[in-house]
Amino acid sequence: MTPFTTERRPEMTTSPETYTHVTEPADPVAPIPGRTLTVSNLNFFYGESQALYDINLSFAAKAVTALIGPSGCGKSTFLRTLNRMNETVKRTRLEGHIALEGEDILKGDVNKVRRRIGMVFQRSNPFPMSIFANVAYGLDVNGLGRRGKIKEVVEESLVKAALWDEVKDKLHASAFGLSGGQQQRLCIARALAVRPEVLLMDEPCSALDPIATAKIEDLIFTLRKETTIIIVTHNLQQAARVSEHTAFFLLGRLVEFDTTMNMFGKPRVKETEDYVTGRFG
Amino acid sequence: MNFFELRKAAANATMIVVTGAAALLTVGVLLFILGYLVWHGAQSLTWSFFTQLPAPVGETGGGMANAIVGSGKVLIIATLVGLPIGFLGGVYLSEYASAGAGFALRYVTDLLNGVPSIVIGIVAYALVVKRMGHFSTIAGGVALGIMMIPIAVRSTEEYLHAVPQMLREGGLALGRPKWRVIATVVIPAALSGIISGVMLDLARVAGETAPLLFTALNNQYWSTGWSQPTATLPVMIFTYAISPYPDWHRQAWAAGFILLMVVLAVNLTARLIFARKRIATGG
Repeated sequence: MTPFTTERRPEMTTSPETYTHVTEPADPVAPIPGRTLTVSNLNFFYGESQALYDINLSFAAKAVTALIGPSGCGKSTFLRTLNRMNETVKRTRLEGHIALEGEDILKGDVNKVRRRIGMVFQRSNPFPMSIFANVAYGLDVNGLGRRGKIKEVVEESLVKAALWDEVKDKLHASAFGLSGGQQQRLCIARALAVRPEVLLMDEPCSALDPIATAKIEDLIFTLRKETTIIIVTHNLQQAARVSEHTAFFLLGRLVEFDTTMNMFGKPRVKETEDYVTGRFG
Repeated sequence: MNFFELRKAAANATMIVVTGAAALLTVGVLLFILGYLVWHGAQSLTWSFFTQLPAPVGETGGGMANAIVGSGKVLIIATLVGLPIGFLGGVYLSEYASAGAGFALRYVTDLLNGVPSIVIGIVAYALVVKRMGHFSTIAGGVALGIMMIPIAVRSTEEYLHAVPQMLREGGLALGRPKWRVIATVVIPAALSGIISGVMLDLARVAGETAPLLFTALNNQYWSTGWSQPTATLPVMIFTYAISPYPDWHRQAWAAGFILLMVVLAVNLTARLIFARKRIATGG
């Protein structure tokens, strides 16, 4: 398929059974060992129409989880509930619980939640300012008031996003001068600068060419070591390449959740099999 | 060619001629006004027009230096009044207003835009002139400032509205509060548009005469400070044009010419600012 597949396949450490149809925890916000983000009994509504039905799902820490499913299945909506981004959409309603490290994130300061759970969007959305200012945008209230420290974090974030070598000589040039792939990596650097525990990626490569896509995938592979990554993708090969776990959504429901190897190798639900083998979608 | 084809061709030709003539007439009217003003205005324009005070009745010569400065001062006050209210109103409308509040505010703004300028002059008279006890630069500025508000609100709203939603989400996703994302990402992204909108707005009210007649009034001399009556170009044009003196008529032409040039220059600058920024951001 691609040169990456074999070397990237991560070894599975947990028995697949534990990932299937995660049962409701007794205490909805109780942490499960090894799981960082826990979603229980989640229902979501746009006005009167329900978009998500009773989702129960726990994400493994420092691993990549892919959310797949046909267009309109609710995977992006689901992703956007995780950092409460859907609250910016008028007339929406959410029921259920989402806990990060045992802490209910639906209560309290939304901005604090978003600093712990970063997001990269489908299309790169650099701010109309310099490359440096873009990366530093989320920074100064984070307790690193000193200018030198900010420089350090900006460099570190750009290095992590594999963009440093390409932009180190033009940090103060406009971010709009970068190519599409570079802009997307800039947005990743910007998100990383805040040091989020979880990084949400909403089809981050859908507007990129194969080379830029490969770079982002390389990046995901490295970032996984220190960040929990949840990625929505339409590209099944991409899900297979980059993720340890995969969740399949259909019509607003979580159909199956398992290791990526099982999901693509021996799915237990017929709909999953039909989808991953390309019979519909 | 049979009859039907002939009729079709004739109808087509007629439409082209009729609509083309209307288009030509539109451009023609503007060119005629421009040409007429340049012809008469440029002839009457002398260096003393910019440097001297109006000459007393009966004497020839003199200029409108006080009216040029007076118009500038009135427009400064107008900007101070109209810009903050219009700009902040536009930000509210684009970023915060609910559907209901937005509809109501837009409707009221359009109503205000439709209020005859002389009525706004009366309001400024009642609010400022009556209270101060005399005509003043400030009163004229307040009148023109009120006139600026509706366009400033709507153009600010429009340019903010054109900023992609994903830029706002990008800022919010980094844990920045909404007001901060608006102030540091959304407004900067729309700034060149907002500035050019306000400049066009300013150019529009620069030629207003009616609201100044009983607010800034007029002045044969220099108006010191902000609380005295002042001469302005539009009111001077009005006063001089209806006078019986040929020399004053010449001066009115010159003033009209200058006013038009200033408005034209502001207009072009505004469009240039906007065009250049669009190229720079690829937006």
